Amino acid sequence: MRLVVDLNRCQGYAQCAFLAPDVFAMHGDEGLLYDPQAEEAQRERVAQAVAACPVQAILVDELDLAATPAGAAATAGAGDAKGASDG
Amino acid sequence: MADTALEQLKRSGKIVVVGASLAGLRAAETMREKGFAGSLTLIGDEPYEPYDRPPLSKQVLLGKGDAEHTALPRRRAIDAEWRLGVAASGLDMAARKVLLADGEEVPYDRLLIATGVRARAWPNEAERELDGVFTLRTREDGAALARSLNAGPRRVLVIGAGFTGSEIASACRERGLEVTVAERGDAPLVGALGGVIGAVAAELHRENGVDLRTGIMVTGLEGDATGRVRAAHLSDGTTLECDVVVASLGAQRNTEWLTGSGLGAGPRGIACDAGCRAFDIRGIVTDDVYVAGDVARSPHALFGYQFLSLEHWGNAVAQADTAAHNMLSESTDRRPHLWVPAFWSSQFGVNIKSVGVPSMGTEIMITQGSRAERRFTGVYGYQGRVIGAVTFDNSRWLQFYEQQIEATAPFPPPFTTVDRRSDGQRPIPADFPDPSVPTHGPTITLSGYSPADRRITFTPAGH
Repeated sequence: MRLVVDLNRCQGYAQCAFLAPDVFAMHGDEGLLYDPQAEEAQRERVAQAVAACPVQAILVDELDLAATPAGAAATAGAGDAKGASDG
Repeated sequence: MADTALEQLKRSGKIVVVGASLAGLRAAETMREKGFAGSLTLIGDEPYEPYDRPPLSKQVLLGKGDAEHTALPRRRAIDAEWRLGVAASGLDMAARKVLLADGEEVPYDRLLIATGVRARAWPNEAERELDGVFTLRTREDGAALARSLNAGPRRVLVIGAGFTGSEIASACRERGLEVTVAERGDAPLVGALGGVIGAVAAELHRENGVDLRTGIMVTGLEGDATGRVRAAHLSDGTTLECDVVVASLGAQRNTEWLTGSGLGAGPRGIACDAGCRAFDIRGIVTDDVYVAGDVARSPHALFGYQFLSLEHWGNAVAQADTAAHNMLSESTDRRPHLWVPAFWSSQFGVNIKSVGVPSMGTEIMITQGSRAERRFTGVYGYQGRVIGAVTFDNSRWLQFYEQQIEATAPFPPPFTTVDRRSDGQRPIPADFPDPSVPTHGPTITLSGYSPADRRITFTPAGH
């Protein structure tokens, strides 16, 4: 599961770090570190974090990837990258 | 009356995006959201699908994430043809074709250029080839540098104390590595935030055990018999033993491939109008070539219509969205890109954020908190108005100052803030270096013609 946090929006409320501590962690008083490729097992917790973020700064893959890689990855390069990142 | 050509473009046209990173991906998603059903091709010189770069100088160097695992999430399926691992090498605007390095040609009806920037390499070619000498921009750079830090070098030398250089130094210290930072200017971050804030940044470096050396240049790197870097020579005549060197010298825009194309592209980026349409070299706006992200330069109403080019994550997202919207819109439905510059950095456990264009400011006033506590808001003034703001661990104030900047509010701020302390009672010179004296590159470049002090408010109708 791929995710990204818009750190322009993030104001360090730490709701995500509370709800999904294996994915999000505060670094200092306000800074946020996160795992951009969280384990699939974390999906429910990440979904809670997305919903709870007061500034809606977390974006998670909406794709249930079955739909895209084969179609999207028209070249060998993309196919390789996809294989690696989903692995 | 509907534009039938536009309808046809949406139904069965060809759109090509050069640059498969944040801006290219977000633009592609927006195009599909807007109902573009034609063929969409994304061209990228790196062999990877779009990935996020900010983690490369933060969690990746801290060993809390892998460079290989920063692929960007997708808001939706984009059903694109990906041409990855091959660079665009030229543009034939008359024939509407992008030329690729492998000799192929990709025809387009509309083209979006989002080729971004690359790290400025260490200028000496032989020295930059030494083992242990790095730059940090790409996923491969991040992975290689993380590996070298994992190996436990005795001393890391970071050349350049801009945001990336400072983040690298911070990660090294957090891992317990000895690190020297050599900065040509008087302080870290001085080009972006000025000397007042630079002094705070310098204290942060030193308190955290960085061997910070300012007003100094690295004159040469020296390798051992195996071709591995072992020392750096400094302009004060000293020699520093180091086994990892990171050149953090700012970025260069990827526009060389457009040389001779007739597009208004050069070292400062590709000039475009506020609607992301590229200018040709005659200063005439094109109607089929659009630009977004770090490589674009566009006029901004808030900053005297000077051409602004921004190496900011949020700008790439917003400009890509605007470009994609305009590429598929009637001329009357197009929107200007009027994003207020904003960025963040995280170093030595402090969250640094900024809005507006601090480097345009001549004065600064600390309006909340205090520099001594490393928790404050600094507001930048330019000709009697608020032009930018920076926070150290005080980010919740930024939105307020963003509104002040958008409203061209007066500076110094006339209101009394709730916790004004001794630091913040009056404006002081912001102390930016003379722009003619070289320092690390600013992440914002202001250039060009300022017609008049005009100010507009853009209120989108029904978007």
